[in-house]
Amino acid sequence: MQTNLADFIRDTPQGREAEAILRKCVHCGFCTATCPTYQLLGDELDGPRGRIYLMKQVLEGEAATEKTRLHLDRCLTCRACETTCPSGVQYGRLLDIGRAVVAKQVPRAGLDKLRRDTLASVLPRPALFNPLLGLGRIARNLLPKVLDDVVPETPSRARPWPLGGHARRMLLLDGCVQPALSPATNAAAARVLDRLGISLVRAPGAGCCGAVAFHLDAQDKALDAMRHNIDIWWPHVEQGAEALLFTASGCGVMISDYGHLLAHDPAYAERAKRIAALACDLGMIIEKEKSQLKQILISNPPRGKFVFHPPCSLQHGLKLKGRVETLLGELGFELAPVADSHLCCGSAGTYSILQPEISVQLQRNKIAALTASAPAQILTANIGCQTHLQSATRLPVRHWIEAVDDLLSEVH
Amino acid sequence: MPVDLERQRAVCAALRAFMPARNVLFEREDVTPYECDGLSAYRQPPMVVALPENESQVCEILETCHAMRVPVVARGAGTGLSGGALPLGNGVLLSLAKLKNILAIDAPARTARVQPGVRNLAISEAAAPHGLYYAPDPSSQIACSIGGNVAENSGGVHCLKYGLTVHNILKLRVATIEGEIVELGGGGLDAAGYDLMALLTGSEGLLGVVTEITVKLLPRPECAQVVLAAFDDVGAAGEAVANVIAAGIIPAGMEMMDQPATLAVEPFVNAGYPTDAAGILLCESDGTREEVADEIARIEKIMQDSGAHLVRVSRDEAERLKFWAGRKAAFPAVGRLSPDYYCMDGTIPRRRLAEVLRGIAAMEKNYGLRCANVFHAGDGNLHPLILYDANDPGQLQRAELFGAEILKLCIDVGGTITGEHGVGVEKIDSMCVQFGAAELEALHALKRAFDEHELLNPGKAVPTLHRCAEFGRMHVHSGAEKFPELPRF
Ligand SMILES: Cc1cc2nc3c(=O)[nH]c(=O)nc-3n(C[C@H](O)[C@H](O)[C@H](O)COP(=O)(O)OP(=O)(O)OC[C@H]3O[C@@H](n4cnc5c(N)ncnc54)[C@H](O)[C@@H]3O)c2cc1C
Ligand code: SF4
Ligand code: SF4
Repeated sequence: MQTNLADFIRDTPQGREAEAILRKCVHCGFCTATCPTYQLLGDELDGPRGRIYLMKQVLEGEAATEKTRLHLDRCLTCRACETTCPSGVQYGRLLDIGRAVVAKQVPRAGLDKLRRDTLASVLPRPALFNPLLGLGRIARNLLPKVLDDVVPETPSRARPWPLGGHARRMLLLDGCVQPALSPATNAAAARVLDRLGISLVRAPGAGCCGAVAFHLDAQDKALDAMRHNIDIWWPHVEQGAEALLFTASGCGVMISDYGHLLAHDPAYAERAKRIAALACDLGMIIEKEKSQLKQILISNPPRGKFVFHPPCSLQHGLKLKGRVETLLGELGFELAPVADSHLCCGSAGTYSILQPEISVQLQRNKIAALTASAPAQILTANIGCQTHLQSATRLPVRHWIEAVDDLLSEVH
Repeated sequence: MPVDLERQRAVCAALRAFMPARNVLFEREDVTPYECDGLSAYRQPPMVVALPENESQVCEILETCHAMRVPVVARGAGTGLSGGALPLGNGVLLSLAKLKNILAIDAPARTARVQPGVRNLAISEAAAPHGLYYAPDPSSQIACSIGGNVAENSGGVHCLKYGLTVHNILKLRVATIEGEIVELGGGGLDAAGYDLMALLTGSEGLLGVVTEITVKLLPRPECAQVVLAAFDDVGAAGEAVANVIAAGIIPAGMEMMDQPATLAVEPFVNAGYPTDAAGILLCESDGTREEVADEIARIEKIMQDSGAHLVRVSRDEAERLKFWAGRKAAFPAVGRLSPDYYCMDGTIPRRRLAEVLRGIAAMEKNYGLRCANVFHAGDGNLHPLILYDANDPGQLQRAELFGAEILKLCIDVGGTITGEHGVGVEKIDSMCVQFGAAELEALHALKRAFDEHELLNPGKAVPTLHRCAEFGRMHVHSGAEKFPELPRF
């Protein structure tokens, strides 16, 4: 596509990157077909091709208004458009750049600002989030409908952590909201890996990966969170941690981007790159060790019907479409097919709170697709999707590793 | 042309009388993303964009525009490659994208009734549980709308065996410019009177706005497999195509891609295309298991005898779909090689393929631009994709000259300029060459019978006599007509 970026951005690193991305787009419209918001709203401005155009206008010097900001806000950042785009347009990166420019030109005010600021400061800090979550649970009957839905039911109980002590060690990204919302997940990951001869180490002091702030127009704050994490993790890396493992694919996408996002910070660039390279989705670790696991599961194979909801961060962000499904299939899980599994469930980080209408529609569609085959459990790989889906169904929605741990705990 | 603000206000007010304000766009910020379709070299922001949510709003919009004498351009998914949905600066762009419901699937009768904004592929997905599908599959099928398919009479890689859109629809509901609904088609195979449904099909939004389509569905073939054959020489690939046809085989689809095209697309699909080959052929057989096994064996042999250095057969359905996915993504995938592409559309005798590709290769040097080629081998429809960079002044113009020379070459070898992607604005001057004044006048009379004031997509598809006169003068003055040898129909 023809481009002519405005002076204010043309010669900056962001400007150069945005221009390269814009020029790749040939305006074919394929991406509109898999964009959840375009499919719901049917307006070019609410699809990737239109959003690319809106951002192009702003980057070419047209003044943005609240409307451009609204259409960009409605984007889920699910990146289904990237998976669909034959030309390799990196929409997600362009959006990061575009949103930052628009946020500067059209600053937020009033309730919108308050809501975002609150989310950006509360969610990433367990010390604040946990007590608030408790309050939320107690107060669920008093909460307005929208918030009520996003505060999940009491989580399933975690099994005890293994003792560890293996020679092989991996570092675990604890996550900011996950330990409170679903304490069973990381414990299950540690237990399964323990059976495979790997110790999972936690690094106290590490905080949110940065995603929450990053997607709430607080990119500087996010970069600080990243630097802080790198400082905490680095000694473990030096001591030979094999990988930096995450059980929430949403966090995983962010960490995999550390190298890119800190490339222009000389003090952190190298380490950020190294950390990003070490980051690894739990599924990919298990995939490597699957023959051992299969052996153990021979005596206690999975029973019943499951469905898997692939988080957008897993399939479109980390580009691991189909990998966890295949792995689970090999481990003996019967996974029923799910229609439109490429579409977002509407959770999308803080989206469910900021764009409740679209979010609820997507949630409804997703639950209908997931439950069509009457499964016994819904498995997924990201805490955001898990709590969002759980708030709309009585079926258990869990991280898939917990289902694996269930089986292993029955085999001694 | 600056927007007539007063008129814009009046039109918006009239539309908002029956539509929510959020569905009437007029600010520059909002209408600019609608300024082009899949051919982004031509751009024009519309005065107003209207986003109706149902058929009655479509009718009211048309009635309003008719009363106010405002021109209207219909838009489906905006994937067109000839600027058919290019807006008018003084007109309303009527988007059908919100009309995207599949109204009914009648499995025993093998039909589906759908709204115009439904994606082509969505019909087949909805029909799949019944073991049925909608056959025409333009490469853009993931995104393009069925309404747009009707307006362009689109074909696809399987049209060789299953026909174009017009062969696969049964009934249309069409809104006239006065805002009235007419139903066309629907009778038995051979209803009395003019076949107005066929007339509407391919009319590029000039005669009416399609608001509902009843399509035929076909049972999924019991079995389908694709042969992938790689050649060191595209000439041999062209021969292979001719040999398949000469053997009396009608493949379900037969497509060729040259090396630049496979290089562009392989990183996206990972279909395992041999990217070192000068060209690859994809040839599909479908039917019962026995038929397919037999035909595939024959095709494999023909490919080998024609000099293929590698012949592979799709192992399973997933691989078959992958082989096609690569072909279908070829246009946008060239975005990986170059920021912009200009897609040409011509037909050539299959046996002259090698010669044409050699000619194009020579032109690449002359114009200093690269060209990737994909070829609907079955029906001889060639799509050279000229790669250019719109940011580099002069490149678009060079690409256009390059394109004109390719079309001339197609004619020289005994082919024609075709309109698989419609005439739109892009090929409108070629129409002057293909048709004489009397034929054009007949086409205009036909348009006026539907649309007296020429408000529906004016200026597209059929050139005015005045335009042709200008065009003729221009070319006679510059010493040569653009395509003097072009056959005139
Ligand atoms: C990558 C790529 C590959 C393609 N491959 C093919 C191919 O293999 N075969 C092929 O035939 N085409 C192909 N095309 C071209 C294009 O996709 C088709 O012409 C398609 O039918 C256009 O559908 P659309 O919904 O995008 O229509 P648009 O581009 O929005 O509109 C096309 C024309 O139809 C009119 N129109 C749209 N909807 C209506 C309606 N409801 N009533 C009346 N008029 C209407 C518009 O005014 C315009 O003139 C390809 C395009 C791309 C980008
Ligand atoms: S699919 Fe890619 S190239 Fe096509 S319009 Fe979307 S972003 Fe642009
Ligand atoms: S990221 Fe998701 S919501 Fe945003 S434009 Fe892409 S597909 Fe649409």
